[in-house]
Amino acid sequence: MTTPSENSTTFRPAAGVNPMKPSERMKIPRQHAIEQTADDRVGNFTEVSLGMTEERALREAERCLECKNPVCIEGCPVSVNILDFIRLILKKDYVGAVNKIRETNYLPSICGRVCPQESQCEAVCTMGKKHDPVSIGKLERFVADFEREAGLFIPPEIPERRPETVAVVGSGPAGLTCAAELAKLGYGVTVFDALHAAGGVLRYGIPEFRLPRDILDMETERIKALGVTIQTNFVVGRTATIDELFDEWGFSAVFLGTGAGTPNFLGIPGESLSGVYSANEFLTRVNLMKAYRFPDHDTPIRIGKHIAVIGGGNTAMDAVRTARRLGAEKACLVYRRSRKEIPAREEEIQHAAEEGIEFVLLTNPLRIMGDENGWVKALVCQRMTLGEPDSSGRRRPVPVEGSEITLEVQTVIEAIGQKPNPIIQATTPGLATSSRGTVEVDEFQTTSREGVFAGGDLARGGATVILAMRDGKLGARSIHQYLNRDGHARRRPMTAKESA
Amino acid sequence: MNMIVSRRLLADSIGRFEIYAPLIARKRQPGNFVMVRANERSERIPLTIVDSDETRGTITLIVQAVGKSTKHLLTLYAEDTILDIVGPLGNPTPLTEGKSVICVGGGVGTAELYPISTGLKQKGNTLRTIIGGRTRELVILEEEMKSCSDAVYVTTDDGSYGRRGTVVDQLKDLMAAGPAIDAVYAIGPLPMMKAVANATRETRLKTCVSMNALMVDGTGMCGGCRVSVDGAMKFACVDGPEFDGHQVDFDELIMRNRTYADLEKIADCRL
Repeated sequence: MTTPSENSTTFRPAAGVNPMKPSERMKIPRQHAIEQTADDRVGNFTEVSLGMTEERALREAERCLECKNPVCIEGCPVSVNILDFIRLILKKDYVGAVNKIRETNYLPSICGRVCPQESQCEAVCTMGKKHDPVSIGKLERFVADFEREAGLFIPPEIPERRPETVAVVGSGPAGLTCAAELAKLGYGVTVFDALHAAGGVLRYGIPEFRLPRDILDMETERIKALGVTIQTNFVVGRTATIDELFDEWGFSAVFLGTGAGTPNFLGIPGESLSGVYSANEFLTRVNLMKAYRFPDHDTPIRIGKHIAVIGGGNTAMDAVRTARRLGAEKACLVYRRSRKEIPAREEEIQHAAEEGIEFVLLTNPLRIMGDENGWVKALVCQRMTLGEPDSSGRRRPVPVEGSEITLEVQTVIEAIGQKPNPIIQATTPGLATSSRGTVEVDEFQTTSREGVFAGGDLARGGATVILAMRDGKLGARSIHQYLNRDGHARRRPMTAKESA
Repeated sequence: MNMIVSRRLLADSIGRFEIYAPLIARKRQPGNFVMVRANERSERIPLTIVDSDETRGTITLIVQAVGKSTKHLLTLYAEDTILDIVGPLGNPTPLTEGKSVICVGGGVGTAELYPISTGLKQKGNTLRTIIGGRTRELVILEEEMKSCSDAVYVTTDDGSYGRRGTVVDQLKDLMAAGPAIDAVYAIGPLPMMKAVANATRETRLKTCVSMNALMVDGTGMCGGCRVSVDGAMKFACVDGPEFDGHQVDFDELIMRNRTYADLEKIADCRL
């Protein structure tokens, strides 16, 4: 139902692409992606969501109210022009739509899959006030997949190559985005990564059933198509320090996007037992090293019949669903707050529940028990209740006295957060860091070191792919300004050593 | 990059590789290691950099065939290329200067000890070295150790070469005989390092050991190499690999290093 005031202020049907009246659009139910059934998918590592058909995507696009003030764009950390890309879908110009997204977001097929839309663009969607919001994320994915399947990607034109080169450290979402933006401005860019494959957390952290590796490979190839060099097996701070990147390798600026890759442990008794993993180790073995194909691939993984994952974020969801796929008969998530406070993406929580993941809520681990051979045999926990809100605004969990429970498990995976890797901070004099180990940046992603910029989880401590991308973009813009400021003495271009 | 320049066997199951890796060669210090992935399906394994030659742009690695990935490495020859090598990783070993020092190497641990021994010699220490193995064939780098040590003692468990007994037996004798020792550096199997630490604990003789824990990435990301040192959790890759032998919980690590023992046998059968 539409009120006259909404009609006159929020919508502009005359200028819109869709001839339908708002009231007609509101009658269309939200269209859903096709998914593998839960029974099928717990037996494989292929993608859970298969995306929308063209018919569904068009139907979903018709639901967009084409608001005069498209608040969804403000809800997007990188300000994707959602209104325009949906209008292009309505015109069946899907390649135009994905290129519209790419103006502000160079990784649409990734964001269409892993962004928490329900707390960003879709959270503020006008349609969502009375009905279900427009499925913006699924539409983004649809156009990106359409372009890929049709082979219609055309790399953007690159302006004339500038003399300056920039080193981007870390090939995760922050680094890749920063590299793409700088390359589009004409800079020579080398991205360094410590691992043997590019992608950072998209490669080692996010499982294939959420982000297939061919999609990730394709997106990194598209970054290379912009002229970006990706140098794997290179640990900045060890193979070369930041100072050496400037002085010996001839880079004019550095962007740090090394993420938050160091796992936290609870510090409870029993963490040294066999069968205790950090989520990072567990997911890296499976995602990067393909342990789920052991023994065809050499890296082993050990999973019990009953397993527990501690935590409630996206990493915890990824770990518990991975464990299920590796054959855990009973996989449970142990989280100290209630269902409402679980910070993971809503879609992942639902998918996990469908896959038979048991949610052990309001429960906090106390100790891990081992058998005589040093193997995990149980996780002893305490029940919690919610008290007053803490500094994060979430209600603080308070232990319930005398409420110990024992979970019989053979594997415990801790997914309680990560902190930045300390190598760069320790080897870069004058780089200011916080007590949490993050690199301090201002609103332009500038660090305390001249010519050094940073963003993503390295600066935030632990956030989302899209916020890392936002920082990468902003960092690129700041580097561009820095390299073009008055009186800036340009450094020499890449040396022979660098290009070797 | 990563091409094998030369390869020779030190024993049936131990190979010495000189590999072209100039970026690593120019930065490496005693105690550093690299992560190696031989091919697309291999594990990432940590290997100590035994030596380097900045002019030639090479690093030297010594590999003992114990699991599938290390056995595969021994099938490679000069001019073959290793898919991935990254480093140098880990903290350089803190080296004493002008002291009386004993280096203790067990089995292939002697290879990991060698760069520390040469570093210690360069720092003007008086260096006595004990190397040992189960049997004569597994005693490696004796000549190299002689070239950087003031004295070298060899032991074998079966008495097939040098003194019959363990490196720890020899160490105890040297401690008892004098002159005073300022520090001990021990690298070898975990039970050997534990025995060395126990031998030196009473007299509080400074003992540096190197932790060969399970690792995936080698850069502080997986936490698989966690070790309890004086009750605190440390990562061998970024906080070590060397720690105070008197503060390391060896038993915990010995147990956890068995995590994949049976799976490694399965992988091995597929070789």
